[in-house]
Parts: sequence; structure tokens; C-alpha cells
Amino acid sequence: MAEATSSGAHGTGETTRRDFIFIAAGAAGAVGAAATIWPFVDQMNPAADTRAMSTTEVSLAAIAVGQQIKAIWQGKPVFVRHRTPAEIAQAQRDDYAQLKDPQLDEDRTKQSNGSAGKAEWLILQANCTHLGCVPLPPDNPGFRGHFGGWFCPCHGSDYDTSGRIRQGPAPKNLYVAPYLYLNDTSIRIG
Amino acid sequence: MSGPSTYEPKSGFTRWLDRRLPILRLSHDSFVAFPTPRNINYWWTFGAMLSLCLVVQIVSGIVLAMHYQPNIHDAFASVQRIQRDVPYGWLIQGIHAVGASMFFLAAYVHMFRGLYYGSYKAPREVLWILGCLIYALMIATGFLGYTLPWGQMSFWGATVITNILGAIPFVGESIQVWIRGGGAIDQPTLNRFFSLHYLLPFVIAGVVVLHVWALHEVGQNNPTGVEPKTKDDTVPFTPYATIKDLFATSLFMLLFAVFVFFMPRALGDPANFIPANPVQTPNEIFPEWYLLPFYAILRAFDFNIGPIDSRTAGVLAMFASIGVLFILPWLDTSRVRSMRYRPAAKQFFFIFVVVAILLGWCGHQNPGTTLAKGGQFSATLNWVTGGQSATSQIVAPSAPEFQATSDAAEAQARAQGAAMTSVTREGSVRATLIAVTGGTRQTHTFTADNADDLEAQITAAKAHIGGSAPFVQVIRNTPFLFTVTRFAQLLTFYYFLFFLVILPILGLRETPNRVPDTIAKPVLGETQGAS
Repeated sequence: MAEATSSGAHGTGETTRRDFIFIAAGAAGAVGAAATIWPFVDQMNPAADTRAMSTTEVSLAAIAVGQQIKAIWQGKPVFVRHRTPAEIAQAQRDDYAQLKDPQLDEDRTKQSNGSAGKAEWLILQANCTHLGCVPLPPDNPGFRGHFGGWFCPCHGSDYDTSGRIRQGPAPKNLYVAPYLYLNDTSIRIG
Repeated sequence: MSGPSTYEPKSGFTRWLDRRLPILRLSHDSFVAFPTPRNINYWWTFGAMLSLCLVVQIVSGIVLAMHYQPNIHDAFASVQRIQRDVPYGWLIQGIHAVGASMFFLAAYVHMFRGLYYGSYKAPREVLWILGCLIYALMIATGFLGYTLPWGQMSFWGATVITNILGAIPFVGESIQVWIRGGGAIDQPTLNRFFSLHYLLPFVIAGVVVLHVWALHEVGQNNPTGVEPKTKDDTVPFTPYATIKDLFATSLFMLLFAVFVFFMPRALGDPANFIPANPVQTPNEIFPEWYLLPFYAILRAFDFNIGPIDSRTAGVLAMFASIGVLFILPWLDTSRVRSMRYRPAAKQFFFIFVVVAILLGWCGHQNPGTTLAKGGQFSATLNWVTGGQSATSQIVAPSAPEFQATSDAAEAQARAQGAAMTSVTREGSVRATLIAVTGGTRQTHTFTADNADDLEAQITAAKAHIGGSAPFVQVIRNTPFLFTVTRFAQLLTFYYFLFFLVILPILGLRETPNRVPDTIAKPVLGETQGAS
């Protein structure tokens, strides 16, 4: 407002009521414009029905030892893996191996309320932490991993039986999906 | 550049109109009388081709939108329907899909032309920046449009690119969800991508108007980079430039037609003929050819830079590689416009062109592919047969001290005569130590051409040794590998070196060639007098 200070309404160089009104009107206009723009920006955020789909229930009864299923949670796949005792043992032994994103296997089976889960059930978000591809499990034809867990075909990230990143460009372990046991044979994701 | 208007209305109606809306005058001054340097070459015809591409994309796109359904269940089928059932749909869809590639092809030639002849230098900075803005909008439009057929590449391309946005520091996650309209690429994403894909070409058209306006204010550059000095150094745009543009554009349309009619799918990825599947990633994900160099730059960063993780670094570098174009007018310090008279800069420029193409090649390779290696993979196996093995427990006082405790225990076992020792960690502080005494120490080394072969040999050897030894020690030796990623890193380095170091320094230090008198002095102008 250089103009306002240099020349007032009567050329005296003093600030006047007019300057105040000018600034106040401008400020009110700016706030009004921002308030008008905001709904047009915010409408792109997830809608109420999209957010309402935020939980998925999965029955564990049908998943045999060594099997995994992909559940869909919020439009994204989630691995629900029934680990074999050998896989669990390997995951626990690797707790102290050289890890890019160190985490104990025990912490990776925890439920979303912080209480301990079950070692044989691993519930992971199925998107590679690099650029979001879905890694392949060991029984898949394209699997080229060396750690017995998952292998991402896009850029070669190699995950162990706990879903921890061991090799490749991914910066983080596969994220644990937030889940709770509803009873012994079913979980709710989200 | 544009002097007083030379338009003279011929009929009563045009005189009447000219006083009310001088649109014919504007058109005449812009596209008929506009003075064009008489020495511009065929590299100057790509602007006309680009205008044509924009019109072709808008017209074919509007037609496609009449048949396309932006719905995740119907989108893929509706594109197939356009190709199979809609009258001439195969042609119009083919034109639109090939048109995107032709648009970028012409844009790249146009940009390299500007780079070589210094068309970004004063007073054409704003003209150049508007061009960069058009290019950025083209990238956005191309990406959005590629999502619409809802094939596997569409879906996973959108997933990867929106994940890239997620890597932006602090606000990335929110932006990612905001762009997607949910946690994942889904119906809201497709819907809005369609809406924006329809919008952006008109924004591009608007910026093109500004681009042309700026061009007509400062005038066209020319291969010498020397401004026309007299009226005689220029010719009217029509018919001279118009016909030349038309001729070049006809050749361009021939190429366009070859793709549309004989290989309409050659520039696309076959994976996009598989409907999008959110739980199954295709084995390889690549963008369309025109974005491959930037994809290579994105993937070149497989290392962390201090607090910036590898993914964020790649994203920042990718945005910077386009952003650097915007500030190019102030990076190049040379006062000579055309590289025709800059022998050193010319060589760096041609290296840059090759680097850009090689970056594109890298973008289409598997990043782990080895291009050259410094030697063989090798492994040495050590084991002891017929010895006495003793097992003991190691318990360290705390986790940080584990390594020291374990090393001490191993050293002690060796001091007591153990031929070999092995430590298997079992917890944060516990481990089992196996020490072998006596027996015969065996060793075997083998080599392989790649890591997988080596692992297979190690596994076979271990199975062969089997129970005859308590454990086998494996020492792997990986040679230096020159992978696609390393190559892309070198190329990325040159890309930024060219803009950020070579152009600024070269401009101050080089000795440009002398401009020949035939160019420096107007031949016709001298006899007829300067205007």
C-alpha cells in the first residue's frame, strides 16, 4: 500500500478512513475469494461414500497354511497370508539381519489397537512401497526373489517372509494394514 | 516487428466490419503481411505442424467423447466398441492415439530447434517460457488421456505417477489422495481424469494464442540468430512461409498417415489391451515413448541423498529436468544466439541430443539389466569334513554389544584350535556358536556369468556337501556391474550439466565464429537504404 501512505485522500501523506476502507474491502474480498475457491478444491477429496467403504471383513477360515489371498480394502489390495512355521521361523531369524527398514516380525503382526496378533497371519498392504505395483508371492511364475516373501516385478524390490524390504529400490517395508481380530477366524481391515 | 497495419478493406462489407470488429485486419497482419525472415529453414515449419496436431487432437477427441464412457466398468469396453462398432471409430480413435505421439514428435523437434538456434534469448524469453508451459500442459494432457482406455498400462501408469506425487515432501500424501479422490485409483479418478483431459487442450489452445502473440511481437528468430536489419531481409508470411509450412506439414501428415493406417498400435503398449486389474501388476510398466527420458531420470536415483530418500530425489530430479527449461534464457550466458557460430556449444548440443535419446532408451529397459560387468561372479565355499563340532551359546549383555561379544567368542574358539566357526543369531542378544576342531579343511571356488547362476551353483554344492560338514562358509564376490541404472545416472548427470554448468560457463569463455559479412551486412539493404 505504498500509494496509501505516500498520498492520502487530501494529499497530506496521512492515512485516511478511505485507505482503511480500501484495505478492509480488499481483505474481505480476498477472504471471500478464498472461501469460494475452497469448495471447488475440496470437492476432489474422497467423497463420503468412498470414505464409508473404509473397512473390509475377511474370513480366515478358508485360507490354508501357506496360502495367501488378496482382499480389497478401500480399492487397494491387501495380502492376507497364512504363513507356514518355516516362514515364521525365517522371519524371526531375520529380525537381526541387515535391514533397510529395521522392524521386528513380532511388530508386523500387531493389530491396529496395539495388541499382539498371531504370528501365522500377516496382513499387509499389497502395494510395493516404491511405486505401488503389487509384488508377487513365491508360488507365482514371475517370482525371482531371494528372501522367500514377495518380489515386485516392476523394479525388482525383494521382500522377506515378513514383508520387509531386503533388496531393491523400495524405501520401506510393505505397510501393515490396520486390522483387528473380530474372533478367531475373522478380521476387519480398516 | 509488426509495423503499421497494411490491411486495406476491399468491399463495403469489410470496411463496415473493420470499423466494428477489425478481425480481418488482425488476421491479415498476423498471417499474411507478417514479415518473416527470408532465411528461415525447414526446422521453422514445426510450429505449423503443432497447430495442426492440436486441432486434430481436439476434433478427434470431441468425437471420441461422444462414444466414450468414463466408468471403470465400461471404459475399456467402450474404447473397444469405438474401434469395432462405431462408424469410422477405428480411424478416429487411431488418429487420436497416434496423434498424441506425432504431437510430441513435432514438439521435440520444435524445442531442439529453439535450443540450437538460441530462440529463447532476449527478447524471446516469454515466448520460450510460454512454449515450455504448453509442453508441460501437453505432458499432463497426455498422461490423463492415457489413463482413459482403462487398460493395464492405463491403470498402473496412473498408479505409479500418482505415487510419484506422494513422494513430494510434506504435502505429497494429501495431494495424492486429493488427485485420486480416494485411497486408490478408482472411479472418482477416472471420472476427473476424463473431465480434465477434455479441459486441458483448450487451456493449451489459450496458451498457444499467447505464444503466437508473443512471437508476433518479437518476430521470428532465424538460423543466423541475427535480427533482420531491413525490410528486405524479410518476406511476407503469405505466400512464402505459408506454402513452405504447408509443404512440410504435408510430409508430416504422410508420416502420420503411415502410422494411422499401417501400424496404429506400434507406438502403444500391448499390455493396454488387457482390462485394468487393480490386484495384478503387469510385469513391466513403462510410460509412452515421449515420456521415457523423464522416466529414466526418475529411476536413476536409487540412492539416498542425505535426508532425501531415493524416491523423493528421483521425483525432484524429474520435475527439475522440465523446470530447468523454464529458466534456460537466464542460464545460457552467450550473447551469440545461433549455435551455428558457437563451435564448442554446437558439440555439447549434439551430445545433449544423443543423451536425451539414450535416456529414452534407458527408460524402456529393466533398470537392473547389466550392460557390462567388470569380471565374473565368483563364490568361495569353505567347509571342514571329519572334524569335531562343538556347540555353545553366546549371550551378550545388550543388543548393541552383540557384535563385540560374538566376535570375542569366535576369536576365543579359534584360539582354542577351532578350524572354523559359525554364529547363528537367534534373538537380540542370543546366538549359537558352532566351532569345528580337527578334520580336513576343504575349499572350492567357482565362477558364473550372473548372480542367479552363481546361487544355483552354491545351492547345488551345499546339497552335495550335505551332512558331511556341520556348516559351509560362503564368500560371494560380485564384480562391478554397469547396469541400465548406472548408465541412466551418467546420462542424467550430463542432462543437468549441460543446462546448469556448460551453458552458463561456455557463454562466458568461448570464442564464437565470426558472422560472415554476407550475413552481418544487408546485401539488398545497402543499395536501397535502411528502412
